[in-house]
Amino acid sequence: MNAVQQTELQVEYGTGADAENQYLTFILSNEEYGVDILRVQEIRGWESVTSVPNAPDYLKGVLNIRGTIVPIIDLRMRFDMEINEYGPTTVVIVLRVMDEDRERVMGIVVDAVSDTYEVPAENIKPAPDFGDKIDVEFVKGLAHVGESMLILLDIDKLLNSGELNMAV
Amino acid sequence: MGIDLSQFHETFLEESFEGLDVMETSLLAMDEGDEDAETVNTIFRSAHSIKGGSATFGFENVAGFTHVLETLLDQVRSDEREADQIIINTLLESVDCVREMLTAERDKTDYDEVHVKDVQSRLEKILGNDDSAEQQEAGANNAEEIQTSGWIITFKPHLNMIQTGNDPVRILRELESLGSMQVKSDLRNLPELVEMSAEDCYMSWTITMGGDIDKKQIEEVFDWVMDDCELDISPLSHAEENTTEVSVSGNNQDDPVAEILQKTEIKQEVSASQTKTEVSAERATKPAAKKAAKASTEASSIRVGIDKIDELINMVGELVITQSMLGQLGENFDMSKLDSLRDGLAQLESHTRELQESVMRVRMLPISFAFNRFPRLVHDLSSKLGKKIRLELSGESTELDKTVMEKIGDPLVHLVRNSLDHGIESPEVRRAAGKSEEGVIHLNAYHKGGTIIIEINDDGAGLDKERIRNKAIENGLISEDEQLPDEKIYDLIFQPGFSTAEVVSDVSGRGVGMDVVRRNIRDLGGTVEIMSTPGEGSTITIRLPLTLAIMDGQLVRVGKETYIIPIVSIIESLQAQKENINTIVDQAEVYKLRDEYISIVKLYEIFGLVPDSQNITDGLLVMVEGEGSKMGLYVDELLGQQQVVIKSLETNYRRINGVSGATILGDGTVAMILDVPGLVIMSRARKNREVGKVA
Repeated sequence: MNAVQQTELQVEYGTGADAENQYLTFILSNEEYGVDILRVQEIRGWESVTSVPNAPDYLKGVLNIRGTIVPIIDLRMRFDMEINEYGPTTVVIVLRVMDEDRERVMGIVVDAVSDTYEVPAENIKPAPDFGDKIDVEFVKGLAHVGESMLILLDIDKLLNSGELNMAV
Repeated sequence: MGIDLSQFHETFLEESFEGLDVMETSLLAMDEGDEDAETVNTIFRSAHSIKGGSATFGFENVAGFTHVLETLLDQVRSDEREADQIIINTLLESVDCVREMLTAERDKTDYDEVHVKDVQSRLEKILGNDDSAEQQEAGANNAEEIQTSGWIITFKPHLNMIQTGNDPVRILRELESLGSMQVKSDLRNLPELVEMSAEDCYMSWTITMGGDIDKKQIEEVFDWVMDDCELDISPLSHAEENTTEVSVSGNNQDDPVAEILQKTEIKQEVSASQTKTEVSAERATKPAAKKAAKASTEASSIRVGIDKIDELINMVGELVITQSMLGQLGENFDMSKLDSLRDGLAQLESHTRELQESVMRVRMLPISFAFNRFPRLVHDLSSKLGKKIRLELSGESTELDKTVMEKIGDPLVHLVRNSLDHGIESPEVRRAAGKSEEGVIHLNAYHKGGTIIIEINDDGAGLDKERIRNKAIENGLISEDEQLPDEKIYDLIFQPGFSTAEVVSDVSGRGVGMDVVRRNIRDLGGTVEIMSTPGEGSTITIRLPLTLAIMDGQLVRVGKETYIIPIVSIIESLQAQKENINTIVDQAEVYKLRDEYISIVKLYEIFGLVPDSQNITDGLLVMVEGEGSKMGLYVDELLGQQQVVIKSLETNYRRINGVSGATILGDGTVAMILDVPGLVIMSRARKNREVGKVA
């Protein structure tokens, strides 16, 4: 199943090359962020979710994705960015997150999907300290692709942090 | 052999654990004097399969241990030895050892080797008292040491060896590759041609091997057939003795007859090729299964009766028929066919429901799976504690969801241990109290409505109310002047860190038991209550939902959200009357329902939602019961009732207070299922906070 989806993604974005170093990028407040493309299960349009009682604000709620209940996280809210109305380009990127020994499925709400890039590991530079807006811990590194800069996220750390952590 | 045996390990271990359970049960039956040939045979067969399996799969330690065990059992079986208390106890301990070793194999951990060695040496000692077996073994051991110029092998396959897929000719060829050999065929047992069955092996062989060959090498050749033949390997000089021995030990062979060699070869080929296909087919399916098992470490298999599967297949057949009927109907649909469409849909609904019920039944196991461990537990503990205790079981065939079963095991053990340790008095005390010396613990299970009830009843001293009270005051759980009804006092023993055992024994009394018990049961959506009569005993009642996967739910609306309340916990729903609402200290509101005051819990407050109206008379009160107390949940509207499939939130998120899970409604959206006992606790905590604030 996953394998099929991955191939579909590759076909869709037309870069048949080594998927190891490929990143799916998305836009968040005019910045371009990237996640490991192999972790992307699917991309869906925004649809309303069921809110979860007594959950942190950035947990928008849960969604039924083919019989599985998947928590959806608003990444803008997670990063304490300005809150935007969801528009026609707002999408949910469904990711497979590794949590110690098990895999979880989670969705992140972002402004829009952008592109896929191949970024060789040696082109990824360690991230400087961003202050307290974004914890450096969640950033795998920065990379330049042509003119633009990508912020590559470590989704395992990001989506297991704070109140999303299972152990809490 | 090019087969990767590790792929069968899981199955082997599972079967072995089952075998161990059987051995244990039968041994306990023997312990109670129920010693008939069949019981001993059952034990022997289990031990034998474990031995054979573990040797095949390379668990040498297990194989070695079970071999000794088996030798002893064989003597008991053939009436050479009386199974007395010592033997039975040692056998029970050996069962534990094997279980420990196999568990270690499964989890890739270490086991207590010293203990195993100790038990093994005790087994050997028992065997040592007798002569034959030990001597034979010693002889064999010695033979291993001796360097000889050759071996005499007496190979006498059992009648059915070929059916197991083993080919004597192949074995002989393999032997030939080791060195020079001479084979003498024994055709004495060959029947008349008409009586001959093509799948039986009637021949036996005496093989003389020359040259410098290790005994191990020869044994390796026979590795696969060890259990399907009589085999004797001895150095050349021992030849004479061995022939006689073989003919003596041949007594349990039915009517062995020999066979023409050619014929043997033909069917051997047939059976050999059969095995091959079987093996390769298994190999093809196994890796996939293995992968799935790896993905989740908790994945396990379940044995399902073939009748249940047949039922499912029938049901699916019906469903397919209905589906094709509806499909046809849809092709040229006009209003005149409306009635048949309605009929079809009704049929579809009933089939779906039946299918759902049958699928649920697949997951159901009789509770005897959980009860089976108790005879052993009671047997061991009662002798340890110096008490006389009889265990009675009833309702063992009551069926319960497998997941529930697995999780209820440990809490049950805790409760039974407690009854053994604290409940039942020592024989002297019992005699003094005018009771029979033998205490009785009764385990009972039955269905009631949508729940299953498990009762643990003992005829011991009952709970000491005063002591519990004092202890609770001491631990600061209640204040000194607090007056509590009996049930509340009994309930205190489920509080964390509560233990009244005067002497902390290794059986119970660490005070970690009861609160864990309650928490486990609550996690399963169940409740536990205790009733006690001083001097007459106590009864612990556990209520569990029948299944964790599907339940009947009442859909309610609060603001924009839909929640589901399990129907089993609903007492009634009503429109609040203004005159029955009372406010206490301006904070807590209670509702007078007939003679009771029930506290009102506003769901919108607990979950932080915006309701249609904050005025209680505008909405509805759903009276629910959980954790031994009642409350009225204030909701905006009752929607419908429906069966809901419970989905775990923990798979991808985590546990949420007051919510036991989620489900997917007809329109594809997710709705939360309320956890009534959890809500009771939440609202209690909330009230305590508020009262604290006011004070």
